[in-house]
Amino acid sequence: MKILVCISHVPDTTSKINFTEGDTKFDTNGVQFVINPNDEFGLTRAMWFKEKQGASVDVVNVGGAETEPTLRKALAIGADNAIRVNTEATDGFYVAKQLAKVVQDGGYDLVIAGRESIDYNGGMVPGMLAALTGANFVNTCIGLEVEGDKATAIREIDGGKETSTTKLPLVVGGQKGLVEESDLRIPNMRGIMMARKKPLTVVDAVETAQETKAVKFEKPAPKGEVTLVSPDNVGQLVELLHNEAKAI
Amino acid sequence: MSVLVYTESEGGKFKKAAFEVASYAKEVANMLGTTVTAVSVNADDSSELGNYGVDKVLEIKNDKLATFNAKAYADSLKQAADKEGAKVVVVSSSADSKFLTSMLAVNLNAGYASNVVALPESASPFTVKRTAFTNKAFNFTEISTDVKIIGLSNNAFGLKEASGAAAAEGFDPSLSDEDFTVNVTSVDKATDKVSIADAEVVVSGGRGLKGPENWGMIEELADVLGAATACSKPVSDMGWRPHGEHVGQTGKPVATNLYIAVGISGAIQHLAGINSSKVKVVINNDPEAPFFKAADYGIVGDAFEVVPQLIEKLKEFKANNA
Repeated sequence: MKILVCISHVPDTTSKINFTEGDTKFDTNGVQFVINPNDEFGLTRAMWFKEKQGASVDVVNVGGAETEPTLRKALAIGADNAIRVNTEATDGFYVAKQLAKVVQDGGYDLVIAGRESIDYNGGMVPGMLAALTGANFVNTCIGLEVEGDKATAIREIDGGKETSTTKLPLVVGGQKGLVEESDLRIPNMRGIMMARKKPLTVVDAVETAQETKAVKFEKPAPKGEVTLVSPDNVGQLVELLHNEAKAI
Repeated sequence: MSVLVYTESEGGKFKKAAFEVASYAKEVANMLGTTVTAVSVNADDSSELGNYGVDKVLEIKNDKLATFNAKAYADSLKQAADKEGAKVVVVSSSADSKFLTSMLAVNLNAGYASNVVALPESASPFTVKRTAFTNKAFNFTEISTDVKIIGLSNNAFGLKEASGAAAAEGFDPSLSDEDFTVNVTSVDKATDKVSIADAEVVVSGGRGLKGPENWGMIEELADVLGAATACSKPVSDMGWRPHGEHVGQTGKPVATNLYIAVGISGAIQHLAGINSSKVKVVINNDPEAPFFKAADYGIVGDAFEVVPQLIEKLKEFKANNA
């Protein structure tokens, strides 16, 4: 089984978010970049398929050269090959188009992408990629087994979960649950050394019209002071929630 | 041309989110000077949609669509959008809608903006405001395609009643075996509990509760408020509560009217996840907990003393306001 894991290069979850150039660009100053957490769960699940079922695992990112350390980290975790599509990831559809080309050229059976990146939160790349390549698709995937060309996937739904069966080729939008948090791997020294020698192929972007464009950013309005209620007067909270906040 | 809206139902009844997206679609239609067409799938009574501004309903009744199937639903909506010549399609942010919409966008060659929180800033260029960086910021996105899809964040717009009548019309999309290549074999869903996605109030517990055996009072508090229960990341990582309840940057975002956090210190990832909630309450014994900077109301105190009192006071309040 040939697996492709899509890797977004995103600010660490603890990052403070700021913008520059008149609030039109994300300020990368002082920001630590990591593998998108939703992608990392998928990558770790892919490692399981590699170790238990002999699958090959490639990773791909659509982005500039600055994303290569993130791809190298994925190689250090255990992916075999990395591919970088050399272009700026401008919107979900554009990225999906680039990935579709990589999937078609590589003949992948299973593509695991995060359900969304934690920067733009578009949540559209996996489904668009499936539609563009004619693959089956399961989103918000929290469990995945593959036997031959048959796959069983568990999807998180609102208020529960749902199990479905389908066939490869398959794209999943993955998230926590594909593996547990405790299963995530920190690259060891050997992995890091080996990752330096693994192939990282840079490919050109395919031309695609851009359908959407992030034109401006805005930070939420600063929060007012908290109103403290005494623990000896809990009833006041109920009153405030009813009369002032109109929340109950 | 019209504004097309997908109004979700469950067990034949429309979800609250269906009325919210319908209300939103009506306002967009007013901006563009057109009408609203809703698509319902196996809903019992679509006339209710008229109360939220829907002018016409394409009613799909098909046993093959009894269980949600993203590809088949996306294909049905594509055909409905083509039939109506829709220029704008509005969907909710439910798990099912998010699942189908990315495929629908490709089918319709439509630019898609998800997590939209307000009416379009302008119709030309077509610009919408959406959340990004997991609620740590907003971004304004221009959609330049002929057909545009808006995924509306839950509870971002609210319900707007309108007096109107929705004219129902049967619609039978043509579906093939190709639409049914992912087949649901089982659904595991608590029917007696409110889900986080559908809830107006969420009660959430953190490590301060000391152990899963202490969740009884969280559930009781949720029960009194008709709320969903949720939890912080450490609590789900330790297996005290199911993953589906984990709220935060790698878990679920929560955009409710009222969010009550008990024994949660307020890590930046958690606060990002709940940023879109309207009123936030924190109960924590540590006055230095970062949550107090993000909350509207707070009680510095022992959760094991405060929560039972809060439950009593809420019961009294409900009895007096029944």
